[in-house]
Amino acid sequence: MKKIINIITFLGLLFAGQQVFSNAAAMEVMEIVRKVNHAIFYQGGDNKAHLEMRILDDQGRERFRKITLLRKNLDEKDGAQKYYVFFSKPADIKKMVFMAWKNIDRDDDRWLYLPALDLVKRIAASDERTSFVGSHFFYEDVSGRNIDEDVHEIVAETEQYYVIKSVPKLPQDVEFSYYKNWIDKKTFLPVKAEYYNEKSFVYRTYNALEIKMIEGYPTVMNAQMEDNTTGGKTILTYSSVKYDEGIPENIFSERYLRRAPKRYLK
Amino acid sequence: MRKFLFLMVILFGFNLSNGNAQDDLEPFLSFNGMFDLRMGVRTQEDPHEKDMSLGEFRLQLETEKDFDLVTFNVATDFILDPILDEYEVDLERGDGIIDLRQMNIIFSPLDFMDVKLGRQILTWGTGDLLFINDLFAKDWNSFLIGRDEEYLKAPTDAVQLSLFSDRINMNLVYVPKFGADRFVDGRRVSFFDPLAASLRGRNRPLEVNRPDKWFQDDELAIRLYRSFAAYEVALYYYSGFWKSPAGQYIISAKATFPALEAFGASIRGPWADGIGNVEIGYYKSETGAAKNPLIRNSEFRFLVGYEREIATELTLSLQYNLERNLDYMDYLQNLPQSVLREDKARHVVTVRLTKLLMQQNLSLSLFNFYSPSDEDGFLRMNISYKISDAIKVESGSNIFYGKNQESFYAQFRNNSNIFAAIRYEY
Repeated sequence: MKKIINIITFLGLLFAGQQVFSNAAAMEVMEIVRKVNHAIFYQGGDNKAHLEMRILDDQGRERFRKITLLRKNLDEKDGAQKYYVFFSKPADIKKMVFMAWKNIDRDDDRWLYLPALDLVKRIAASDERTSFVGSHFFYEDVSGRNIDEDVHEIVAETEQYYVIKSVPKLPQDVEFSYYKNWIDKKTFLPVKAEYYNEKSFVYRTYNALEIKMIEGYPTVMNAQMEDNTTGGKTILTYSSVKYDEGIPENIFSERYLRRAPKRYLK
Repeated sequence: MRKFLFLMVILFGFNLSNGNAQDDLEPFLSFNGMFDLRMGVRTQEDPHEKDMSLGEFRLQLETEKDFDLVTFNVATDFILDPILDEYEVDLERGDGIIDLRQMNIIFSPLDFMDVKLGRQILTWGTGDLLFINDLFAKDWNSFLIGRDEEYLKAPTDAVQLSLFSDRINMNLVYVPKFGADRFVDGRRVSFFDPLAASLRGRNRPLEVNRPDKWFQDDELAIRLYRSFAAYEVALYYYSGFWKSPAGQYIISAKATFPALEAFGASIRGPWADGIGNVEIGYYKSETGAAKNPLIRNSEFRFLVGYEREIATELTLSLQYNLERNLDYMDYLQNLPQSVLREDKARHVVTVRLTKLLMQQNLSLSLFNFYSPSDEDGFLRMNISYKISDAIKVESGSNIFYGKNQESFYAQFRNNSNIFAAIRYEY
């Protein structure tokens, strides 16, 4: 009897120990994921960038978008943000503006400004995993995916990278079974990401092609997203990246949808 | 007035830009715009109109110039339209080879104030192709014959003053001379004439008497708006005239634009995984309208709408709209026996479905207006494909249905049409 109790106690301790160990690992991975989230979406109090988007299909036919992005953090906790996306090219969407207020406790608020009609249209918070302006990037790739929507795990570690596997908590809401990120240990920016379907086929691949230090912040200057099913891809090139420009919060309002804030878009 | 404006802009502009060295090599003015070729045919014969409903070539030129304190905008269309076959320019009616869409200056005399002066496109309110408090000029002909949706909005010569604060924002639009809708007058689209109790078209277009005295026949539109968390709330006021003919002289039979005052409110925000909106309006018609059967009565208007993405790249939008006569008893008592009686209320339900495919280059859309009270409707279908960033091809239909030729949509039955277009943007 005593033996049995001993065995149970031993097993119990073992189990508890494992629990503690895996909690520590979970803590560590969440810490990394938080840093990654910060490095991609929250560096600086605000951020401005010109963005050129080359959207290529499998036959190399190209569509081109030229965009200016403004982003402002509303707190220091990597929480609420406001985004202003101004289109310069192609001609049919020139002066169009997409604006989003990223909320923490509820769905994002989104607006679209159509200049020919002078119309400020409120748009429903749609499926985050649909194409952003016809590119191979999704809305979520541009504005961030809530880190608590996936379970993260470090599956490999090299001198340079952490490889983190992320599995969705609600798989019915997303098109992937899981994805893996190769995180640069110095910058906490992902240099590569792979999205897997239920057959463990990599149907979508992200690569950061160039990372530069700008005003002390490691910044992705060149990146691409490939759709391995269709053979299409989108290449992003950033330029004139500026941080902490002091973009006022009221820029992200109906007033400036109707009248672009030129001084911050330059 | 317009000439004066133009001169002022030029003088202003050059002065302001003096000594403002440009370090980039951008040209002083750069133009954007498009070529658009569009053809449409009626799907049935209309004894009052041509078989072709649409046939035009359009060139749009657009430029914008920023000076230190002022932004200058011009957008103008040059049109060859053998269907209407009228080449004399009438900027107000949008006739002829030139349709000036925009020519304005924008400046901010104070931090919290924007002024937009000149010809401009104005829009506010929450409806989707239904308008209660947006009493700015519309071009209904463009809408019915298959031009791009942007042409539903006609330009207005106005000064717009916008004031912004943390608590509340205000737009005030003053139109010194009444700008009517580009309404259905028979020249392009046949319609039902209730006095004659018959259809009318290009052989006998509607004649109107426009209020056209500067600074007397003027319009004022005000919007106060702010947000409460995610909900946008607005109050509206309008003083001017019915934008499309809403009255008639008994002797000359000329259509008129009776005086109109409107008070309204709207709210818009997230609801049930989508966007919901409610808008109301009280239209106060000309004094004496209640007892005059030839002048449209005061009305209560109500709109509720909901839009959400129901599947990937598929959006559904639903609306219900009410127009209710507020002096119906008076209307009935004063209505001559021979004149057709209108219902007390008109109800309209709309459905819009939009689907994007092929990296958003192919777009399919359907918009149906249906009135259960009139038992008629209007179905708009459209398919468009972007061959490249510059070239878009498009085809669509405008189908009017209903059994009574006097009802709102069914009167256009003979105008049901299909159209195709090709557009090059630069």
